[in-house]
Amino acid sequence: MHREETQTVLPAARPRGRALRIGIGGPVGGGKTALVAALCRALSTELSVVVVTNDIYTTEDADFLRRNGVLADERIRAVRTGCCPHTAIRDDITANLDEVEELERLHDPDLVLVESGGDNLTATFSYGLIDRQIFVVDVAGGDKVPRKGGPGVTRSDLLVINKIDLAELVGADLDVMRNDSAAQRGDRPTVLISLRAEHGVAPVLDWVRRSLTAHRA
Amino acid sequence: MTALAVLLLADSRLPNGGHAHSGGVETTVAAGFLSTVDDLELFLRGRLCTTAPVLAGFAAVACLLDDDADWRRWDRALSARIPSAALRTASRLQGGALLRTVAGMWPVPAGLRQLGRPHQPLVLGAATSAGGGSALDAAGLAVHHLLGGACSAAIRLLGLDPLAVAAVQAAVGGPGAEIARQAVLAAEIAVTSDDPSALAAVSAPLTELLAAEHAQQEVTLFAS
Repeated sequence: MHREETQTVLPAARPRGRALRIGIGGPVGGGKTALVAALCRALSTELSVVVVTNDIYTTEDADFLRRNGVLADERIRAVRTGCCPHTAIRDDITANLDEVEELERLHDPDLVLVESGGDNLTATFSYGLIDRQIFVVDVAGGDKVPRKGGPGVTRSDLLVINKIDLAELVGADLDVMRNDSAAQRGDRPTVLISLRAEHGVAPVLDWVRRSLTAHRA
Repeated sequence: MTALAVLLLADSRLPNGGHAHSGGVETTVAAGFLSTVDDLELFLRGRLCTTAPVLAGFAAVACLLDDDADWRRWDRALSARIPSAALRTASRLQGGALLRTVAGMWPVPAGLRQLGRPHQPLVLGAATSAGGGSALDAAGLAVHHLLGGACSAAIRLLGLDPLAVAAVQAAVGGPGAEIARQAVLAAEIAVTSDDPSALAAVSAPLTELLAAEHAQQEVTLFAS
């Protein structure tokens, strides 16, 4: 027979540890998982990092993170979102909060990365779940994406435009994307990168380190 | 205000952790037993005969219990009625999620909070009481969420016509309301006699077995 399941006692109401929680969202195929892996590779030697991913639909995705993330399995948790990735990061954050708090309790991390499932331009994180959010789009999705706006493009704390190495191949104008992003976002930062390039993640790393410094201040 | 509080607890917009659970629909679809609106109606009627009286009874009990009741005992009595560990875990995940939300809305019994992740029907019933609702409201909410969660999952997984599914949900609502009424009668006896054995103890072997299988799949869209 099955033994009685553990009744984990939840921490008292809404504790906030010292960890900085960063949400990473954006459409399918933009490079969210690749960005999480690149950040873990670069940061896991200097910081304690844990990851909650909502983006595991296939075992391939899970294996990708395990192979590339340089994180131990017990530092990665998957949350299933019942076909509604945006609900789990915005309208009903309870399942993600459970996993974030559990990882914080177990590992006392400096940085928590919460990866959304791939969604559309309107899908953003609730600030009840994370402290800062990165929205990832890619050049191959068309250079009109920043102009289309939507909460992810206009309100995210960092907009990442990935796969700039493909711009020429897909006829995308990076200056158009850069200018449209600036127009949509005001003072909020945008970086154009290629995660496939050596040190391609560097501009995002700089932003994460600055955010961490500000968070600890 | 009571009616509004009950509606709030019925509203899927309330963060209650339920949206990621299919109520057994995902695994039943995967096993090939559910693919049409007619299948869904049969599935729901099956749930009404088995799981519904149990969940509704415990929700009604939780609404009737005093704040200083032995909540752990009633929580264990519900565990005893859910054979598969997978479904007990699913119930506790949703109970913990709902508790996190309602504890910020109304005063919730300390004995319930001390359980950490109590079973979902207990939290639902206690929240109904805290919001000013009745035991019948609590039992009705338990049945409503059982049916609604399954319907929503079937629409997302199978692309069923949501208007047709709404009609099915309304059709089984009549029998569902009767089950809620019976559950309240049982709950009143159970609380008065301080004995959980007055509550329904029915289950469906296939549901329990499929839930256990679902929990072992590495990749599923729903948590249960």
